[in-house]
Amino acid sequence: MILALAFVAAASFSADAKKKTVDLIEKYPALAPYFSTPSSDAMQPDELGFIRRWLLLEPISKPNRGNTVFVDSYIRKNLDTGWNKGDFKLPKDGDKVTMEVEYQKPVDMSAGRPRMPFQEPEVEMVKAKLTWHALDSKLFNVKLYRYAVGTETGRYGIICRAVTVIDVPEDIENVRLAVGSNSASMWWIDGEEVLILSGDRRMVMDDAASKRLTLKKGRHILSGAVINGPGMSDFCVRFIDENGNPVMNYNILNK
Amino acid sequence: MKTSMKIFSLAAFALISVSALAQEGQPWIHDPSTIMECDGKYYTFGTGGGGLISEDGWNWYGGAVRPGGGAAPDAMKIGDRYLIAYSATGGGLGGGHAGRVLTMWNKTLDPNSPDFAYTEAIEVAASEMDEDCDAIDAGLFMDPQTGRLWCTYGTYFGFIRIVELDPKTGARVEGNEAVNVAIDCEATTVIYRNGWYYLLGTHGTCCDGVNSTYNIVVGRSRSVTGPYLDNMGRDMVAGGGKMVIDGDDRQFGAGHFGRYIEDEGVEKMSFHWEADLDRSARSVLAIRPIIWVNDWPVAGDPFKAGTYEISSVRRGYALELAVDFVRQNIARRGGWRMDPNEPIVVHPNQTLEEVIGTWPEGEIPARVGDWMNRPHQRWVITAVPEAGGYLGGQYYKIQIEGTQKSLAAAEGAEVVVTPEYTGAPEQLWRIEQLIDGSYRIMPKAVPGCDCQYVLTSIADSTPTLAKWDFNSDNCKWNFIRKQ
Repeated sequence: MILALAFVAAASFSADAKKKTVDLIEKYPALAPYFSTPSSDAMQPDELGFIRRWLLLEPISKPNRGNTVFVDSYIRKNLDTGWNKGDFKLPKDGDKVTMEVEYQKPVDMSAGRPRMPFQEPEVEMVKAKLTWHALDSKLFNVKLYRYAVGTETGRYGIICRAVTVIDVPEDIENVRLAVGSNSASMWWIDGEEVLILSGDRRMVMDDAASKRLTLKKGRHILSGAVINGPGMSDFCVRFIDENGNPVMNYNILNK
Repeated sequence: MKTSMKIFSLAAFALISVSALAQEGQPWIHDPSTIMECDGKYYTFGTGGGGLISEDGWNWYGGAVRPGGGAAPDAMKIGDRYLIAYSATGGGLGGGHAGRVLTMWNKTLDPNSPDFAYTEAIEVAASEMDEDCDAIDAGLFMDPQTGRLWCTYGTYFGFIRIVELDPKTGARVEGNEAVNVAIDCEATTVIYRNGWYYLLGTHGTCCDGVNSTYNIVVGRSRSVTGPYLDNMGRDMVAGGGKMVIDGDDRQFGAGHFGRYIEDEGVEKMSFHWEADLDRSARSVLAIRPIIWVNDWPVAGDPFKAGTYEISSVRRGYALELAVDFVRQNIARRGGWRMDPNEPIVVHPNQTLEEVIGTWPEGEIPARVGDWMNRPHQRWVITAVPEAGGYLGGQYYKIQIEGTQKSLAAAEGAEVVVTPEYTGAPEQLWRIEQLIDGSYRIMPKAVPGCDCQYVLTSIADSTPTLAKWDFNSDNCKWNFIRKQ
């Protein structure tokens, strides 16, 4: 597959966008062990090639009876909704998006762990206004559970969307996007599907990889959506070469 | 009539089963030399003159030419020439033991080549009528550490000896004295690996058809001239030897070892069966993988068709169709809720009929995932005799059990599962056991790519096709038999 398109629009994502005035880490100190506020400088992949700079949408409520329901068709139906295709533009930090989401009463954590009924949850549709946040991960794996709980926007039964920009100085052939995610996830480059991780996934470095890709010189939007039921949620993403070694020669931007 | 038909069918099945395990064509030979490759063909010479030729390493026919008659030749390529050693033998066990080991050269092994011409044979070793050695059964060895050329020879009548030859002339190094390295065995040869010299020899009864107990044993040494000790510390001069291969279910009398290094991590051994019950009890050429266990060589098994889990060495996940996982509707029975007096129920495994309707109609990607013995993970591997073969093996089709869905190489050097089997080369797979006991799986062809790629785990859950690398578990697979 050759990804010939190289585009990033700098326009704001939503009419609801408002400039953020409060640093997210200061507002939610629980995020501090896992995330930092991005600098204005371009970031490079870490020493193992992992991408740590992301725009993360606040969790989309998606109650489910457990992670085993995340088969391929479920993933496509619920994650591949067209949200990052067509006239999709890179969101800015603080942009907001409004959508209808499935809502379930908060999980009962009184016993110290969630009760797992293994039945389809009873949900109602509600309107939610969710915010994009620009963050750098302090770890190679982006801790979505900590992001959700730390921002007091969710815990279990959620979909997290993640977007970043890959700025490639020259064509790079025969690379693969390699992902580990907890739980299932789906990934796109410039809106084209490149990878799906279905099932009750654990976050494993290089758990699955795309077909060989050519990253053309220029900017590319890398986006993903991770769905989780109960339990920890996180992901790690990098590009690898033909031998499984990390690809390092590109910059990572969030705008 | 029905009974006859049943018997016929059983016989046919037996033949089909056999054909999946043994060299095809007319692989009749006794005391085969180490297999040589020359201009894209394989050659081996035998006792009495002549030998076999194969274009693919699987189908073998007569046609090789070696003058001089005599017994048990060996062959080695040195530079751009082939050195052939053979023996003008005495009378065998009951006869005299005056033997002569001779060497000669040829630029090619192809008898149809204008360059095909043997040099005059020269004597490099000999035995007198009644000394403790019988100078036959030559085995050639080029020491990769020193570049020195050696030749072992001898039989049950006394010692096995090693002498040094000049790799430029094939003649005995002047002044070289023979060294005794083993006793009372035959068909010796030396190989080298990981700092060890290995002396392989054949014990047991020769030349008695189905009653031959011929078997190949080995000892090892840090020096090419020995002492060669077996796994019990016994010197081969004292009769020591660790088993490499003996009889099989239908073939007996393994003798005359030859090593062929096909690729890094892919080694094969040639030998003969004194008798193959499925082929008129004839003496036939055999080729098996070599497995190295704790720095000892042992014979691997020929790949057998059947139903398998194909497990990646990288993670241990199983090759599968990338389709929805279908849950089995069997109630969870947590131990803490169990009625101990409730009758035990045996549940069936999930069946193909229960899930196939959920699978897409067309081409489906391949994936690697947790083994659950589900229909999308069970592969039937079937030999395809008409597709030819490779050294020691034939091509297979790999299909989801109960379907025609076939594993195939695809454009871009990726791997998919096609809805039907067409016999196209991208649907044919070469399956070779590696020196560590695992396997490499290689398509006969990759569409749009003139490359010899192997099935590879580029990620834990993602198969692809890539260059062979023995040092990476990505390229290795295990076959776990299910039926």
